[in-house]
Amino acid sequence: MSAQLAGEPDAGSPAGPAAGAATGRGVGQWAFFVGRKLLRLVVSLLILVTATFIMVHLIPGDPVLAALGDQATPQLIALRRHELGLDLSLPAQYFHYLQGVVTGDFGRSIVTDAPVSQLLATKFPNTLGLAIPAFVLVVLIALPDGLLTAIRTRGGRGRVTRTLFVNITGLLNSIPDYVLATLLSLIFVVAIKAFPAAGNGTAASYVLPVAALVVGPAASLSRIVRVEALKVLDAEYIRAAKARRLPTLLRYWRHVLPNMLTASLTFGGMILAGLIAGTVLVENVFGWPGVGTVIAQAVIQKDYPLIQGILLVLGATVLILNMIVDFVLGVLDPRSRMGAH
Amino acid sequence: MTEVARKPRRFPLSTAIPLALLLLFVFLSIAGPWLWGTDAETSNVAVADQGISSAHWMGTDDLGRDVLARTLVATRSSLVLAVLATIVGGCAGVALGLLSAVSRRLGRLIDGAIGLLLAFPALLLAIFFAVLFGIGSVGSVLAVGAAFAPGFARITQTLTASVISKEYVEASRVLGKRPLYLTFRHILPNIGEPVILYSTIHIGTAVLALSGLSFLGLGVQPPSYDWGRLLNEGLTRIYTNPGVGIAPSIAIVLAGLTFNMVGERLSDILGGRTAAPPKLPSKQRGLDPAPARAETTGTTGELVEVRNLRVVYHTVDGVTTPVRDVSFSIAPGEKVGIVGESGSGKSMTASAVARLIDTPGRVEARTLRFLDADLLGHGTEVDRHLGRNMSVVFQDPGEALNPAIKIGTHLVEPSVIHQREPKPAARRKAIKALGSVAISDPARRFRQHQHELSGGMKQRVCIAIGLMGEARLIIADEPTTALDVTVQRQILRLINDIGEMTGAGLLFISHDIAVVSELCDRILVMYAGFVVEEARTADVFTSPAHPYTAMLLAASPDMDTDKSRQLPTIDGRMPGPGVDLPGCYFAARCPRADVTCTESAPPLRTLAEGHRVACWHPLTGAGAAGDDELTGVEAKI
Amino acid sequence: MANLSVENLRVRYGAATVVRGVSFDVADGSVVGLVGESGSGKTTVARAVVGLAGSSGAIRIGETDLNACSARQARRVRRKVQLVFQDSRSSLDPRFTVEQCVLEGIDRSEFRRRADASRRVAELLEMVSLDPGLARSRPGNLSGGQRQRVAIARALAARPDVLIADEVTASLDVSVQAVVINLLRELQAELGLTMVFISHNFALVRYMCDDLAVLFNGRIVEHGSVDEVISAPEHPYTRSLLAAIPEVGRRRLLSDSAAEATAIGDRPAVGGCDYRLRCPVGPVAHADREICRTDDPVTEAGGRLHQAGCHFAHRKDGAGVPA
Repeated sequence: MSAQLAGEPDAGSPAGPAAGAATGRGVGQWAFFVGRKLLRLVVSLLILVTATFIMVHLIPGDPVLAALGDQATPQLIALRRHELGLDLSLPAQYFHYLQGVVTGDFGRSIVTDAPVSQLLATKFPNTLGLAIPAFVLVVLIALPDGLLTAIRTRGGRGRVTRTLFVNITGLLNSIPDYVLATLLSLIFVVAIKAFPAAGNGTAASYVLPVAALVVGPAASLSRIVRVEALKVLDAEYIRAAKARRLPTLLRYWRHVLPNMLTASLTFGGMILAGLIAGTVLVENVFGWPGVGTVIAQAVIQKDYPLIQGILLVLGATVLILNMIVDFVLGVLDPRSRMGAH
Repeated sequence: MTEVARKPRRFPLSTAIPLALLLLFVFLSIAGPWLWGTDAETSNVAVADQGISSAHWMGTDDLGRDVLARTLVATRSSLVLAVLATIVGGCAGVALGLLSAVSRRLGRLIDGAIGLLLAFPALLLAIFFAVLFGIGSVGSVLAVGAAFAPGFARITQTLTASVISKEYVEASRVLGKRPLYLTFRHILPNIGEPVILYSTIHIGTAVLALSGLSFLGLGVQPPSYDWGRLLNEGLTRIYTNPGVGIAPSIAIVLAGLTFNMVGERLSDILGGRTAAPPKLPSKQRGLDPAPARAETTGTTGELVEVRNLRVVYHTVDGVTTPVRDVSFSIAPGEKVGIVGESGSGKSMTASAVARLIDTPGRVEARTLRFLDADLLGHGTEVDRHLGRNMSVVFQDPGEALNPAIKIGTHLVEPSVIHQREPKPAARRKAIKALGSVAISDPARRFRQHQHELSGGMKQRVCIAIGLMGEARLIIADEPTTALDVTVQRQILRLINDIGEMTGAGLLFISHDIAVVSELCDRILVMYAGFVVEEARTADVFTSPAHPYTAMLLAASPDMDTDKSRQLPTIDGRMPGPGVDLPGCYFAARCPRADVTCTESAPPLRTLAEGHRVACWHPLTGAGAAGDDELTGVEAKI
Repeated sequence: MANLSVENLRVRYGAATVVRGVSFDVADGSVVGLVGESGSGKTTVARAVVGLAGSSGAIRIGETDLNACSARQARRVRRKVQLVFQDSRSSLDPRFTVEQCVLEGIDRSEFRRRADASRRVAELLEMVSLDPGLARSRPGNLSGGQRQRVAIARALAARPDVLIADEVTASLDVSVQAVVINLLRELQAELGLTMVFISHNFALVRYMCDDLAVLFNGRIVEHGSVDEVISAPEHPYTRSLLAAIPEVGRRRLLSDSAAEATAIGDRPAVGGCDYRLRCPVGPVAHADREICRTDDPVTEAGGRLHQAGCHFAHRKDGAGVPA
């Protein structure tokens, strides 16, 4: 039935009028695609905001009491409750919260009373400063590595290469970033003293945290790239390209690479999102002044406005990244624009 | 793990290592606290903060407790929590996934929620849920479980959707079975295996995630401890004693790795069980390595010459020979068809002539020649020659055109490369070629992608590619099988017209003898990797000599078949490519077979001008009379 | 036994209507063939009749209209209509044994003891000429022909009145196809099954069927007895299908071009006759035939009369006056 369902878009229809219709439809298709993705982002952000709002209200007990501890005077507690708007009705609180988020006001930390937005403004760029170089490195390593291994191991050849690749990437993928960070710091900071132990003062201080972040994702992405590349290498159109006797390099460059980008990019987006979360742990090892060092402390201290603020920023970053990936895919692969969702 | 137990004799390293590690971890979680519990929990300030020594292999912590003992004891809590988290996440996820796949109304909502949750990294979700469920062991198990649930839900959903659309589920529905029956009889058993595999790998991930939470101080709280907690406590002291960092790190990595390996190995074993072809004897008759070149000299002038072609596949599972012995030639401008059922080796033969057999396949032949190029040789010169003079049309035009590049590029590329034509000229030529295969508005089609064209159009494009060079041979491998009859007719005509226009020879492969007979001058019938009969088209259906050819003709009804009679059939199956028989491969199914047939292989002998057959008892021709004449014919070859 | 009667059947998939008003009758114990290109809606008709696709219009088995009766009654009657699928590889659960597959079709309330049900399975396997010794094997170990016979046995296990065979031999080699076709013919005659035989292969349909309906773009464009339709096809679409059948030793595909227009499109036209863009007797070849652009010639009437939905159906050259 698939043939009937899929139909045959614009198959052999009369040329003149259809050509005009096609360009008109192209623009409309793009607008529809972009609009749909933007709508999706807005809805997702709204859900994210709502989730962080509900989080505080789902926690058993009084968050202010929990944060300030038993010694706090009732006056202080009442004051904080008022400051946080917890004495209002729930819908009113939600409205306030939404209003605050939209205007960039995430409230004040219960513990330090500092504005959360200010804290985020100083810390979050440091987190991105780790994640983005790490991502670039991951892609630069994984793409050629996965592709070359796929070429060397296609059709059951290169069994040694395959075994080595699968086992090494499997091992690297099993080392969590925080463990690797600890080990790296043991070797290069404690034993060799080649790099600074903490902080982000110098360029050298980037080396270890970025390395700790890169290894795992690079291993897993190159596995994915290899699998995708093997799929493409097996495709009939690659055989057809071979039947046209196209030179090997051209075949890989122009026929294989574009076809594996879609899947690789989708996973790449997920990996970048994972890197942003991964920094949380690595920052703690290297005392990196990003949001990661803040969030663990905030959770332990039950500093809810701060937790909300950090989760919102990290979550929103992830959602926006996803949308960017979708847009890039839309540009690269016309079929993904027409796809259902 | 039952699969491992079932195959005690084959115990390769790839199975033994994960299995041994798994057993080690199971042992440690059971016996660890019992064996090293006291070392791990008794404080002794006198030996606090010691480095690595023979008494304390990994040193001691700030209270003088042995780090190694603590790491070993923590195996239980770390693994138990990981398994629990996986179970929580697995159950919630599988339930959600099933629900969304089965229920139509709830499905969309759950699907949206899963999609949104999957966008977030698991650690971020885990932190969110840790805030919700509170800090501590229970909280972190629930948090990690909740963070895993979307992944489980999605995999369940995908698997279920694929099972539900299978025709055996539909057949069940037609038989009136209810959703609950379908879920328990068809869906769960068929998705169970992959879900369990996914869970196994996820136990490893859960170890990492829980340790991560503990490392942040959000997981297990003192005085309890797991590996993450140990690492957290040790981090500040790695300057005095590296052991406090090394021991839990190794434990975490090893545990993650173990479950990963176990999962992958399981999936290999289970996947292999369902997919592996039956093992077959690997002994194969070889060709006698006679001097090859001497024979080729007398037969110049042929477009293609194939003598004793064999295609062999050497794989882990043994040796198979899809093409056993094929000889034929094509004269310039001649249209030759190969007919056979699936497994006859017809497509492989075409691939060998097109030089498209890839490793682990190997092509052997006494002669394999196209024009003056030896196809058994190597070198880019041969490729350039083929690129210019040979064109290949594949079965499924939708698969044969690259979805990522424009129609035009497919045509322009070979021309630029093989004929060194400048791009604008190649472009003009390509648009002309598209026009000459009756594609309307070729300039617009040139810029389109393959998904914008219908099946017939795509096949026209594939044929047009052949017009870019000076094709002397067109190889068409089932080019109309994926198309409707009316389109098939157009494509057959097109192929014929192009042959006539360019004077190119044709090698046309099909399972349908009627299609081949419409187009070709000469027909080769293939069976089990052999050419069993070769004749001019008219002779094939007026006087088929091989019993198999006769059967092939009779078994398929045509528009004149007598409706009151049964269709003739032949029992049995074609021997597979791994089977090695001494005699005729058709003997077991042949009504005329006798002892000779099962004992010695019939050579391809000439019956009449242009009519050859590989049969000891052919239906027609000189060989039909008796053995004396048979030997006579054989001697002539 | 009962007859099958379909009236004004419509099936929508999302925004697309893939079956657009199909009506036909299958008399008790007779075989009707449905032919058409891929995308013509023949498989969807089958799926709608057995309830795998939601539809509107009437589907009558005997006296019961499946689209107008209670859900319970529909469930009971639906068991009497069974479908055999094209691909036997996916129509049998790989985890079931042959016995379990066939058992699925059996109404277990019919048999008090499990052993009786097993005996019935063995009977059914013999009925489709399969060795009952295969009962314990799994579909993966059977050949394509054997699997298709198991699928037929499962369908027969429900004691159907109506059997729908949807391209049952399309994925089989010719030597195996002959076995399955012989079997279906025997069973149909022996059990007096009412049957719908769906295929793109005209020769098979001719060999199997009494009546024939030709589908184009989700509607029946010609309907009549097999002999009439094949010997005197009226609709230009039927004629072009017949002209496109390759036949051993005829060599006519390359020469005869009367039944084909210079098609200016593969897609059905909208409004008027939806075949007109490909039609050799329509406005592409004869510019003056305005009626093809304005009036839809396909009527929704069924029946056993030989009729075709074409303004110029009665003359082979199509040079007549509008009907």
